[in-house]
Amino acid sequence: MELCDLPAFELSLLLRQKQISAEEITRACLNRVDQVDGRSGALDSGELTAEDEQKVHAFITVTRERALNQARVVDKKLADGEDPGLLAGIPFTSKDIFCVRGTPSTAASRILANYTAPYTATPVARMEEAGAVMIGKVNLDEFTYGSSNESSAFQPSPRNPWNPAHVPGGSSGGSTSSVAAGEAALSLGTDTAGSIRQPAAFCGVVGVKPTYGRVSRYGLIAFGSSLDCPGPVARNVVDAALMLQTIAGADRRDSTSANKPVPDYLAMLEQPVKGLRVGLSPDYFRIAFPDAETGEYRERPLPTDIEAHVIKAAEVLAGLGAEIVEDVPMPNTRYGIPAYFVISRVEAASNLHRYDGVKYGYRTPQPPADLTQLYRKSRNEGFGLQPKLRILMGMYVSAAQYSAQYYQRALRVRTLIRRDFEQAFDKNGKYKLDVLLTPTTPTTAFKIGAVYGDSVLMQYADQLTVPANHAGIPGISLPGGLNQNRMPVGIQLLGPDFSEDVLLRVGRAYELATETEDWRKIKPMVLR
Amino acid sequence: MSDSIDRETFDHLVGLAALELDQQQADYLLRELNNQLKAIRELAAIPLDESVPASLHGVDFTIAESPALREDIWLPHQDPGEIIAQAPNTREGYIVVPDIPHTTLE
Repeated sequence: MELCDLPAFELSLLLRQKQISAEEITRACLNRVDQVDGRSGALDSGELTAEDEQKVHAFITVTRERALNQARVVDKKLADGEDPGLLAGIPFTSKDIFCVRGTPSTAASRILANYTAPYTATPVARMEEAGAVMIGKVNLDEFTYGSSNESSAFQPSPRNPWNPAHVPGGSSGGSTSSVAAGEAALSLGTDTAGSIRQPAAFCGVVGVKPTYGRVSRYGLIAFGSSLDCPGPVARNVVDAALMLQTIAGADRRDSTSANKPVPDYLAMLEQPVKGLRVGLSPDYFRIAFPDAETGEYRERPLPTDIEAHVIKAAEVLAGLGAEIVEDVPMPNTRYGIPAYFVISRVEAASNLHRYDGVKYGYRTPQPPADLTQLYRKSRNEGFGLQPKLRILMGMYVSAAQYSAQYYQRALRVRTLIRRDFEQAFDKNGKYKLDVLLTPTTPTTAFKIGAVYGDSVLMQYADQLTVPANHAGIPGISLPGGLNQNRMPVGIQLLGPDFSEDVLLRVGRAYELATETEDWRKIKPMVLR
Repeated sequence: MSDSIDRETFDHLVGLAALELDQQQADYLLRELNNQLKAIRELAAIPLDESVPASLHGVDFTIAESPALREDIWLPHQDPGEIIAQAPNTREGYIVVPDIPHTTLE
């Protein structure tokens, strides 16, 4: 096994024992990038070649020299007997939605393609202060608007390391594909409707959406400001806990970050799960979506291979002494996507008004007659279709004459979604759950081109993840096995506010109980 | 609720959004907007008691749980030139834009 395939916690131990250096780890990851990634995403990148179709394309910018310099600083600190930090020498990638000083910070959009961040986002700064080494900035759906990465203005867009003909999911698809392919041990993603958990499920890695406010949003290029949550992507739960430990905590630069102490996630990680109450809800085992022709809602049970993996996980946890509570009602789950179509669009439209071709970013090369034309031409040429769609929908549903029936109503439906969770987790209630166990996604990774362009169907990929964003609660997606086509299936754990410690503990228990299973020995296709 | 967004309303939205679309983009966006509205329409069918309040955030925030506000004091940026340099067109430390259209109010 190469260094780049080792877990972060093992690398950390080997580094402190001086068996390896941070520079060796970094070079191993950069070599892996050279082997599997192919050309990085770029504007106007031309036709795909046959070779492109076999590569991962996780990156927009590989920060090679910067990473090697960071690694050398860690090695010097170790040589000098200094504490190099909790994540010293651990390679990570950053979704290119985070500003990192001196690096292109593009949001995968033409409108920010020439933007170099003059400051660093708090979660990235905390990673680097802890000694982690940033290998590069990875691709995403444009401004995070999608569930497949196909909407990136920087092509080729990322492909799934388990089968490059399939999408990696999104919007943190570059994050999850880079970690699955061993290009980095960790990645920093964001989750607005499932954008960490859904691609984590598709790529067979661990993805954590923390409680809203647990991790600062300072320096994150905003999408839905009441929904966005930065969080870890890792190949195992211990590494995810290490990373969350590093990035969590109050930040005076983000007034919505929570001023609550951060627990010692690692200390509690391998506590037993005996006696914990794990819920299963029938509302997470069926999907509801509108018929493309009639708009009528149709309900359908989940594919049996997805359901079977969740039931198996429940049996594993029951075998460890957890108490399984069935038939927990979560009746408002199905309204998550319709409410999201409204709330997220209003917030996105508001956040996208700042891009005007004047202060920074793209400006039309056509000589405009006046300032209004400059705005219109710059925004038309700079934004792709998905940002435009969100701006228009956001403006429509928040317009004075429609706000009560759309936006205000969606915010009240959000309250109902939150109440489902409050009732399930109420310690004095009927169910008294510690966690809710669900599938992460209604399907495994779909083929490239199979859904893209149908904005409604694409959004429904987040049906089982978006309720947690409305409610603000934390969630984690864990690899739950492979289907018959050897594509990963994700299982999701949801818990009450600030219960990341419990989610990680249950996740670690599941991971340990299944660590010898055959599917865990199978590597992604690009590494076979 | 409105059944769908018609072309006139769509064109008005495009103007307000400071966009300028070609026909192909406009056709796609109008179609997708109306498809999304079909999905959103499900919200109308939900029985909502008058007592159900709106949630702007899922997690409740209290003053005790939010970071203390910074003092309201002016802090100079270490290098304003670095920020101005991001603008596509600058001259002598100012951002250059074309003429600002004026409309005489009646």
